[in-house]
Amino acid sequence: MANFILNGEPVSIDAEPEMPILWVVREKLGMVGTKFGCGIAQCGACTMHLDGQPVRSCSTPVSMAEGREVTTIEGIGGVDGMMSAIQAAWISEQVPQCGYCQSGQIMSATALLRDNPTPTDDDIDAAMKGNICRCGTYTRIRRAIKVASGQLEPRSEDEA
Amino acid sequence: MNDLSPEKKERSKLAKWSRRGFIGAGVLAGGGLLIGIGVRPGNPIGALAPKVTSGPGEQLVNSWVKIDTDNIVTAIVPHCEMGQGAHSVLAQMLADELDADWENVRVMQAPADGSYVVTDTARMFVAPFTMNAADWIEPTWNGLFTQVAKLADAMITGGSSSIRTTGQHSMRVAGAAARTMLVGAAADEWGVPVGEITTENSTLFHKASGKSAPYAEFATVAADQPMDQTPKLKTPDQYRLMGKSKARTDIPAKINGTAEFGIDSIPEGLDLSYAAVVRPPVPGTTVVSMDASRAKQMKGVLQILNMDNFVAVVADSYWQAQQAMNTVQIEWSPSESPIKTMDDQYAAFAAALDEAGETGGDEAAAKGDAQGALSNAAKTIKAEYRAPYLAHSPMEPINCTAHVADGKCDIWASTQVPLMARSGVASTLGLSAENVTVHHPYLGGGFGRRLGADEMSMAARVAEATGYPVKMIWSREEDTQKALYRCADTARMRAGLDESGKLVAFDHAFTQRHDPAEACVPAMYNIDNTSVRVATADLHLPFQAWRSVDHSQQGFFIESFIDEAAHAAEADPLEYRLEMLKGSPRHVAVLEKVREISDWDIPDAAGRSKGVAIVESFGTIVAEVIEVDMSSGKPKLVNAWAVCDAGYVMNPDGFKNQIEGGIIFGLTAAMYGELDLKDGAIVQSNFHDYKMLRMDEVPAIEVVIINSGDVPIGGAGEPGTPPAAPAFANAIYAATGKRLRDLPIAKQFA
Repeated sequence: MANFILNGEPVSIDAEPEMPILWVVREKLGMVGTKFGCGIAQCGACTMHLDGQPVRSCSTPVSMAEGREVTTIEGIGGVDGMMSAIQAAWISEQVPQCGYCQSGQIMSATALLRDNPTPTDDDIDAAMKGNICRCGTYTRIRRAIKVASGQLEPRSEDEA
Repeated sequence: MNDLSPEKKERSKLAKWSRRGFIGAGVLAGGGLLIGIGVRPGNPIGALAPKVTSGPGEQLVNSWVKIDTDNIVTAIVPHCEMGQGAHSVLAQMLADELDADWENVRVMQAPADGSYVVTDTARMFVAPFTMNAADWIEPTWNGLFTQVAKLADAMITGGSSSIRTTGQHSMRVAGAAARTMLVGAAADEWGVPVGEITTENSTLFHKASGKSAPYAEFATVAADQPMDQTPKLKTPDQYRLMGKSKARTDIPAKINGTAEFGIDSIPEGLDLSYAAVVRPPVPGTTVVSMDASRAKQMKGVLQILNMDNFVAVVADSYWQAQQAMNTVQIEWSPSESPIKTMDDQYAAFAAALDEAGETGGDEAAAKGDAQGALSNAAKTIKAEYRAPYLAHSPMEPINCTAHVADGKCDIWASTQVPLMARSGVASTLGLSAENVTVHHPYLGGGFGRRLGADEMSMAARVAEATGYPVKMIWSREEDTQKALYRCADTARMRAGLDESGKLVAFDHAFTQRHDPAEACVPAMYNIDNTSVRVATADLHLPFQAWRSVDHSQQGFFIESFIDEAAHAAEADPLEYRLEMLKGSPRHVAVLEKVREISDWDIPDAAGRSKGVAIVESFGTIVAEVIEVDMSSGKPKLVNAWAVCDAGYVMNPDGFKNQIEGGIIFGLTAAMYGELDLKDGAIVQSNFHDYKMLRMDEVPAIEVVIINSGDVPIGGAGEPGTPPAAPAFANAIYAATGKRLRDLPIAKQFA
């Protein structure tokens, strides 16, 4: 049995200890907001937080999470379904294209801003370079992080 | 959003629609209006007639709008959403013509059904010359092409075409038709002339009497209104939503994990098992023998299937299936391909080009006397360029969920071609297409990769063999090494310059020609003597259209070589292009604008340099300037500027997002993209050795749109890509004097 706290709720589930937590959460718990991209911790699509720190869940055995707090994209909004400031910025800057990598991008950005409320460009590079976006939305992700951290004004719909 | 059962019920009512009409209306169960752009069956033209005539009374529809009793307007969109934003922009176009309240507009993915063939997209591919017909809705052509599209299972999303075909020619018409009928119904009821009724925010107004009513009030009776078969469309000065950067409707679900992609499908009531697969390392080979003894012992493993051209391990979880798959030893049959390495592939290209010589091969374009002009030129240059094979690598790995039971098959898949997937699965399983249902949620990237439908048939075979529902997931390695690819190619080009340096002759030979046919011809330039020739050579790896298709390599070949000509003429590369574009004011305007925003004429900062390229593709002209910093000895991308003329842009911010992405797609390939072959198999396997540009490597990007208007509008998804690689390579030449005629770039500065 694997036992951990998933988005604030205790979970006990029958899973081999070596099974990556990505697959435990997606297939055994049916929570599919976290994505599979590469399986070797190279793309960041599967990023979750383990005790608040970003981890690549495709390469993190569930045994590592034993007794610890696991947070996924489903768990980072505010209370009562409110969006986090980061999610709101992702909308104002119209960041996603296909959207597949964005759960991971938002998890990495959330961890960055928690530790560093006003990141520089170099800080953003360092925190975000583990996340690939094949659609190429990087410049918008950068802008959204600056909007979420109060360094830039959000884009209004009339500005193109 | 994907529950279409009410629409499926409604579809039966379409049979009642006027057979003569192209626009049909019906009443929704429980009240409300349903309007579709349809075309009548049958076609008398020539030899095609027997092939395109179907049963009497058949009504084909390619886009719908419904207005229900809550005053909600739903655009039912036949194209898939893979990040290009088409769902949202198509709804925007329909809602504008309908004067709908944007806050109460919904988007629904049309089901994979023959009724939703994207007529105009097919028409553009099959007979582009008809697209500019004065009256596009002319019945014969339209009927013909819907039938052709249906025969070809053309429910396609590709070719940067959704907005300029389906959007322009059916979503807008559906919206305008619905509005006309609502106005007619209100005029009848209120006893006032149609011309006195105005519409705004899904509401009808009669100013003189002070009457007003929401659309919903007249939605049901509007269905009885006579149908105006050619409703008047708005002119740009009347647009309320078109041309505005409305926020995309699919984005909220993509930031909280609720957006459903193909790989996320968990069909209700089905207990899924999971399959990992291995395909042949060398294309075309099959399983000779396999040893799965270890895999059979592994926990969770249910079945190991030898499917001849692939092997599948089915288990309780994908991870267990993949772990077990990794232990299966497979011997594959020997490959008949003589190509074992990329040297072999390039030797095959060289042999074809050698055979064609300076005048042979199939003529793709000819103007004047290129050979004669080359002989008489004051100066000639020649160069050989190469482009490597590339993988598409969408972030969502290839996957498909299949369930085969009781003579029916259900498929859940991310696909750009749901109807082709349906036909492929039907023929694989020996079922009729009606017994195959394709569910197609959002795509986690496409870029052309998901125009292939093989994987749906693979999953169907596995599900048929097991008898229970199975989700097949390809590992990243499978998709990198055993999929479909942008072709490699070699180009040999020659240019002749006169005494003044003017380009007077251009000869271009290469070996791979797919789509679009005009990609290999630099038709925008005034060059008096041009010869473009194809010396076809075999490819070792299977081809698949890759974002911008032939433009992806031809843009690099041609725009790099034009840069060589400019330097041979000792001219400024941007100025040199401008000179050759005289008489094409749109191209000139685009190039002049990129000159301005990139500070082209201001000397570069130390260590930095700029390169320029301009390519017209998919109806859109894009000029890009890329700035690199070579001060470390390795290329660092600093800035990218793009100026685009697509005629008229329906959603400027969405368009810019596409161009930004297209630039990064092109720069990624230029910097890193390459697939090597060893013993005929691809060497690269995952993102550690098939690298992508990342956050710390991408340039700042500025995109400027020019709405030149008065021309058929162009696409957005692909046109940003072709100029990126040549502009990048030209910038490196400006910095270093090193002309890059091979890609990728990074390894040449390692």
